[in-house]
Parts: sequence; C-alpha cells; structure tokens
Amino acid sequence: MRNLMKWGVAAVVVAGCSTYAGLANAADPIKIGSILSVTGPASFLGEPEKKTLEMYVERINKEGGVLGRKIELVVYDDGGAGEKASTFTKRLIESDKVDLLIGGSTTATTMAAVPLAERNEVPFISLAGAVVIVEPVKKWVFKTPHTDKMAAEKVFSDMKKRGITKIGMISEDAGFGKSGHDQSLAVVKSYGIEVVADEIYSPKDPDVTAQLTKIKNAVGVQAVFNFGFGQGPAIVTKNFKQLGIALPLYQSHGVASKDFIKLAGDAAEGVRLPAAGQVVPEQLAASDPQKPVVTAFKKDYEAAFKSDVSTFAGHAYDGLQIALAAINRAKSTDKAKVRDEIEKTSGYVGTGGLVSMSPTDHMGLSPSAFHMLEIRKGDWVLID
Amino acid sequence: MFAAFLQYLFSGLTSGAIYALAGLGFAIIYNASHVINFAQGEFIMIGGMATATMVAAGVPIYLAIPLAMVASMLVGVAMEKFAVEPARNADVVTIIIITIGASIFLRGAAQIIWDKEFHSLPAFSGETPIAVLGATLMPQSLWVFGISAIVIALLWYFFNRTMFGKAMLGTSHNRLAAQLVGVAVKKVLLASFALSALLGAVGGIVVTPITFTNYEAGIMLGLKGFSAAVLGGLGNGTGAIVGGLIVGIAEAMASGYLSSAYKDAIAFIIILFVLFFMPSGLFGKRGTDRV
Amino acid sequence: MNLMTARTGGLALLAVVITVAPVGFSNSYFYDVAVNAMFNAILCVGLNLLIGYAGQISLGHAGFFALGAYGSGILTERYGVPAIGALVLSAAVVGVLAFVVARPILKLKGHYLAMATLGIGIIIHIVLKTESGITGGPDGMSLGNFKMLGLTIKGDQMWYWVVGFLLVLAVWLSLNLIDSPVGRALRAVHGSEVGAEVVGVDTSSYKVLVFVVSAVFASVVGSLFAHKNGFITPDIASFFHSVELVTMVVLGGMASIYGALIGAVILTLLPQVLAAVEQYEAMILGAIMMGTMIFMPKGLLPSLLASLKRRGGGQ
Repeated sequence: MRNLMKWGVAAVVVAGCSTYAGLANAADPIKIGSILSVTGPASFLGEPEKKTLEMYVERINKEGGVLGRKIELVVYDDGGAGEKASTFTKRLIESDKVDLLIGGSTTATTMAAVPLAERNEVPFISLAGAVVIVEPVKKWVFKTPHTDKMAAEKVFSDMKKRGITKIGMISEDAGFGKSGHDQSLAVVKSYGIEVVADEIYSPKDPDVTAQLTKIKNAVGVQAVFNFGFGQGPAIVTKNFKQLGIALPLYQSHGVASKDFIKLAGDAAEGVRLPAAGQVVPEQLAASDPQKPVVTAFKKDYEAAFKSDVSTFAGHAYDGLQIALAAINRAKSTDKAKVRDEIEKTSGYVGTGGLVSMSPTDHMGLSPSAFHMLEIRKGDWVLID
Repeated sequence: MFAAFLQYLFSGLTSGAIYALAGLGFAIIYNASHVINFAQGEFIMIGGMATATMVAAGVPIYLAIPLAMVASMLVGVAMEKFAVEPARNADVVTIIIITIGASIFLRGAAQIIWDKEFHSLPAFSGETPIAVLGATLMPQSLWVFGISAIVIALLWYFFNRTMFGKAMLGTSHNRLAAQLVGVAVKKVLLASFALSALLGAVGGIVVTPITFTNYEAGIMLGLKGFSAAVLGGLGNGTGAIVGGLIVGIAEAMASGYLSSAYKDAIAFIIILFVLFFMPSGLFGKRGTDRV
Repeated sequence: MNLMTARTGGLALLAVVITVAPVGFSNSYFYDVAVNAMFNAILCVGLNLLIGYAGQISLGHAGFFALGAYGSGILTERYGVPAIGALVLSAAVVGVLAFVVARPILKLKGHYLAMATLGIGIIIHIVLKTESGITGGPDGMSLGNFKMLGLTIKGDQMWYWVVGFLLVLAVWLSLNLIDSPVGRALRAVHGSEVGAEVVGVDTSSYKVLVFVVSAVFASVVGSLFAHKNGFITPDIASFFHSVELVTMVVLGGMASIYGALIGAVILTLLPQVLAAVEQYEAMILGAIMMGTMIFMPKGLLPSLLASLKRRGGGQ
C-alpha cells in the first residue's frame, strides 16, 4: 500500500514538472499549429499537406521568416479521428499557445476543432471540403479547398452539356465519398439530372462489379459518377472496363493525381474529372493568372519529394500563404487583427484558384476554380 | 437477369477467393498452436508490397516473388520466436493482444520502410476480360482460383502424406502426447508461422494486380480472413476456404439484390446467424470442455 | 494500515489522486486529457467485469459506447429530449439490446465469441456511417452541453470533477459487485465453466448479467463523452476502438479493477506522449503492446504487485 502511495505522488510530481514547457513570451517565433490526418484512411490528404507545410516553413525561415520572426510549425497527427483532433487542437491552443491553426484534413476533424477555435478566438484555416465548415459563416473559421459541392456541380454541368439526364452514382462509404455523395444528391436535381442507381462500396473492397452491374442494368442510365479516393476509384475504373460499360465515367477531384492513372492503367482512358489548375500547369492558358503560381508549386513539390503533386498539397500551400500574408499585413500575431486580415484577403492567386474573402464568404473561391480534365493516353487533357 | 446473377457470382468468387486465402493462413497457425494470428493480413501486405516495390525498382519479377516470399517467411518466423513463443501459456485474450500488437508494429514498419502510397503489379496474363454467358471475369481472378486450389492440394499432401505435416496435425490434437512420441513441438510452431507467412505472401502477390496494396492493406484482409476462418470452423482448412467464399458471395449478392451500403453488415449477420446454430462454425469440431 | 482494507484503501487513494492531480494541470488541455483518461477508465472497469472476471472476450464494446453517444446526440439534438433523459433512455436501449443478444452470443467460446462481438460492433459502425440523415454520417454530429436540474456541465474543469466523482462511484460499484455472491459465481465461471455449472451455478445468467452491466457502463460513458466532446463521429464505434478498449484492460491487468484503470490511463496518455515521434508512433505502440504482454502476461498492475511482494518479502 505504501508503495502504491509513492507511485501516486511520483506521478503527480512528474505531471507537475512537465507542465511548464508551454509558457510563451513575446520574443518567441510565430507559432502555427496544425492537426492533420497523416496516418489512417485519410493519409492521402494529410501526408502531402504536412510535407508541403514543412517544406515551405523551412524555406521561409531560411529567407528570414515573417516580420523578422521565425515560424515554428507544430503538427499533430489525428489519424483521421475527430475525437483525437479535438484533444490535439486543445493542446495546440492551450499548451503550445499557437497563434494560428491550419488543418483539419477531413471535414470530421475540422468540425471537431471548430468549436475550440471559436471559443478560444484563434484564427483557423481548414483544409477540408464540406460546405458546413464555412456555411453558416463562423467568425474565426476559414477554408482553402473547393467544396465537394463545387466538384459535383462541375461534373453535373459537364454532363448537362453532353445532354446526359440519367446517371448512376457509385460512392465509397468512408468520409470523403460519403459526404461527396450526399452533397451530389443535394444539387443534382437543379441540373435536370436524375440519379437512377445509387450504389456504395467500402474503400478496401477487392471487386465492385456487382455494384456496377446493377448500375449498368438500371433503366436509361447514360453516365456514371464515382465519388471516392485511394484505390477504390481505380478498382471501379478497372471493373467498369472489365464489364465493357460503354458510358462516360466521371471521377471526383479526389483522384486528381498521377497515382490514379498509374493504378487504373488503360482503363482510365476517357475518364473525366474536375480538378484544380495546379494538376495541369503546363496546359493552362498563358494569360491564366494561376499559371506561374501552380507551375512553381508543382516544380518545388515534385523536386523535394519525388512524387506527383496532388490537389491536397495545394490546399496546405494556399492555407499557409493566406495566413502568412495576413500576419504580414496585420504586422503582428494579434489574433483578432490576423483574423480580420484573413477575412480581407483579396485577389490572392493560389493553387486552388483566385481567392477573395469577405465577411460573408470565408472560402472566397469562385466556381471557375475547377477545370474539367479528361484522361487520354495516360495523361491529363484540359477540356474546359 | 441470369447474366447479372452470374456477374454477382463472379464478383463474389473473386473477393471470396481472396478472403479464403487469408483465412487459410489463420487455419494453419490455429491448427498448430491454437493461436489466432491477427497479423496474418500483414503477411499478405508484406508479400504484395515487397514484390510491387521491388518490381517498380527494376528487379525482375521472377526474382522479386521468391525474395518477397522469403522476406515474409522471415517476418513470420521472427514473430513466432520473439512474440508468440515466449507467451505460449498465456490467456487467449493476451495472445490476441500480442498478435494485434504485432500487426500494428508491422504496419508502422511498412510505412517507414516503404511509403503510404498504393502500389500495383501488372496482371499475370493480361487484362482482357473473359466473357461467360454475358458476364465477365478477369484472367487474374482465375489465377487467384488456381493458386488457391494448388495451395489447398499442397497443404493436403503436406498434412496427410509427409512426416512433418502429420507431426503438425498431431500437435494440434494433443500437444503433450505429440511431445511424448518425440515431436519437436517448438519446431512445429515455428514451421506453422513460416508456412502461413509464406502462404500470406503468395496470396498478397497474386491479389495485388486486382486490389492494389499499401501499408494498410492487411487490415481488411486480416478481418475478412478471420471471419472466413471462424465461419468455416477454426483450424479447418476446407472450412476456411468455404467460409471465405461464403463471405465473398454473400457480399456480392447483397450488393446485387439488397443494398450495397449494407453488404458488409449482411455478411456479418449471416456469420452471426451461423454461429448461433453452429457455435463451432460450419466444419469445426464440436467442442467438449475439459474440466 | 490495518484498518485500510485493500478495498477502502484503494478507493481512498483513487479519490486522493483525483483530487491532487489538478495541481499539475496548467491549462485545460491537461484537464481534457485527464477527463478522457477517466472516461476510458470507467469504461474499462466495466469491460473488465466481463473480460477479467467472467472470462468472456468482447471485441465490439466500442459499438455500445457509440450507441450511447449517438443515442444522446440524436435524442437531444433532433428530438429535444433533456440530456439526462437521453442518457438514461440510451442506456436502457443498449441494456435491452445487450440482453437480447447476450444469450445466443455468450454460448460461444473463445475466438468464436470474439468474432460474434466483433461482428456486432462492425454492424453498429456501418449503420452509424450509412444513416447520415440522422447520424450525420462520417462527417460527424455536434451536440450541446449536458444540462441537469438547471445546472450546465461545461468546461474541462467542471467535467473533470464530475467524471472524477463518477469514476470513484464506478470503481466502488464494481468492487461491491465482485465481492457479492454474483462476483464469486463469475470467478467460478472464469475458472471452469463446467465445474461451476456442476456445483449449481447458473453460469449463463451470470454471464448475461455482466455482459449487460458492462454494455450499460459503455453506453453511459458514451453519452457523457458525446456531451463533453460536443462532437462525435462513427469512428468511435470502429473495430480499432474496441481493440483499444480491450488492450487497456489486458495491459493494465485482467481481473484487477485498478489494473484496468491504470491501463486506461496509460493508453490514453500514450498517443499524447508519442505525438512527438509521430512517424514511429505505430511501431512503438505495437512494441509496447507485445512487450507488456510477453513479459507481464497478467498485465501491468498484477505483475508489478507480485514483484513488489517478492522483493518486499511478503509485505
């Protein structure tokens, strides 16, 4: 018993000592805190986001930092779990005393952090897709990526142009695909398109020909739209070809990276998908203001990591640039001032498009941010 | 209508054969040691990842495959030696935690040794679908069926016709008795891990062209393999195969005729239902408790 | 020390630790982690009754936890039920559900039982993910503060004291249950089920009882967790979460109430500590799980106590 007591006291003492690490003072660097899904099912989002943030923070520090102060980046991996994201956000705010939050790779992890950012009045730039993050507008919360709804609208307007009125949907049941699926169903009617088959698969299913056969046999189906990421869409694409379905196949922006083409191989031929200009910098018109930005970013990223740049890496780049520009304009890291400056972001040319925020729009991207791509001969072709 | 049914069946057989291969690994280890190895999925992942990354790095495939098989076997042997053997007499749930710990460890190692990207292998004999009565099947699925059949035949021969195989079976029936008649029980356990790691690697290599692979690929395969092995009756190779095929076909039929959103749930409901009436699975030994 | 029986002594120590610990908490992040640790501790104390004392595995307990959480979320947010009512109602539903499935499931043994409970957990996970109309799907669901008798529990500090009190209560309840005839019967079930039956113990009734009790524990903690966190996702029902809970129990020490508690605290703190070595987190976690079980197959607390006893010459 006495031994147990000793243990208890020791534990308390240890806990007490470790708490004084987090006190900040004015001469400290600018602290940016980030919760990202670096591992787990959403690691394809979090991993490139983390790499991007680290690469640019290091570069900016080499160039002297911002306001003459170095930037310190603190990243925690939430593994894609909202509950972990909530605790780590608290840690960033309370213990690490960060000046600003970037992150939340997924909608769930972002929404877990939103109440904390609001309550503690910390500017927060999310890297996740769903509309709910910025609608209704939350005072301290912003986001850089296009919404899933915008991706769906881009796809449906392309379908409409081709005279397609009846489609089959196949979506994965995990976060990205499920939320894209729900948002697609919400807007599809306004394009005069009817969903005649609506099928689901799990991200790790080895074969989805059963679902595709059902879609194929749906009456009047003219095109198929797949919302998902990772290996799922590649399997859908391969199975689609295996079944010899002679309909247009659309994918979401979730697969806008060369890895998808590599996995799906020949079957990817003719697949269309919405994507940010950053995927095809060399094909953008010379007059496109995004061209120099995305060309440079793609070059930096691919030189540093020897892997193809994805749309998601760009979200992190945009988040960091918008944040640092705001700190520069605010001439301090005063949270309220930085928040105001982020909201005043205007005409920022990012990888996702042109960003102009306002008190009523905390994303600031116009729908034109998306391009429609088609895969031909194993490469992207810009068609719109 | 029949074409659709046939397509669902093909879809189910493709998934089912993959689950069956995973389940077979569970059965082998369970047979020799009454351990459920939750890291079986990771053996499959290692086989697939090692081969895919070596091939991508320019190693010829006929060299990459045996190397990957050896790598996976070494991992299996190491795991038995350092993690399972020392805890031989622990509770069922203690050993479950050990093997789950091993699976987490191996996933963590894989993401550092390799990466988090998806990898693929070219299909062994092209990607031209084979048409059968209005349904289609990929040649790679036939490879999975064929390899499964060969593996089953080899295992049958090994366990029934070779001395060492018989010793392994004997150990599973009665450890002490086997020891008394001179079976080196420790060697048998080691061999069972080596064998099922090897089998996992073979499975990983042959399914990678269909499902792709990444460091987390073992999670799903482990879970489905465990389901297949339990449904069929633990320690029974035939049971694991049948169990895997039932799970695969149930999922595909559920997607086709009921609801694709609930196909996994439906497969689990079927498993629960079977267990309620056959508490030792389809082919399991009817257990009697020793007091 | 004579007056301090192991039981009251342990409870008093627990109360003291809970009271003194905040001295070391410099901000609400520490309270947050501590509250999560105590939530897990309550859950594991309940789960340990099933695993440690009755010897039955459950790889689906996260499902019951999630049902409690979503029950509270849906009832309070969509139907305006008061928080305490939602908590009780959810716990009742979970209790009934556990009771219904318990008999057929607990007939199964060992790995078959593991499979069946795993299946139930996964089915619950799938339903929560798919029915996004009521659950919000994978994007999660927000819910408000816990209000009761005109009192609102909010802020990490307030939660700390409430959950701390509940933890002491849960430990006290469990200790009493174990010392009761029910507890003795349970241990008999764990030792030898057939033997227990032969001497006239109605083993299946006891197993059902403890299954229901542990499920209700999980549901109540789930409800409270949901209010405290203010946001829940279907992942709380995942297979991994179930495994995590079982690991806490086994790591800390099966058939030891305080062991389960210590296991819960350690495994809740571990990710916070390992956050610094992020890339190696999985490997280290896996190694810790394997190492502890290999070198201390009975779990941390029982093994430590045994070695202390040996060293102290039977203190």
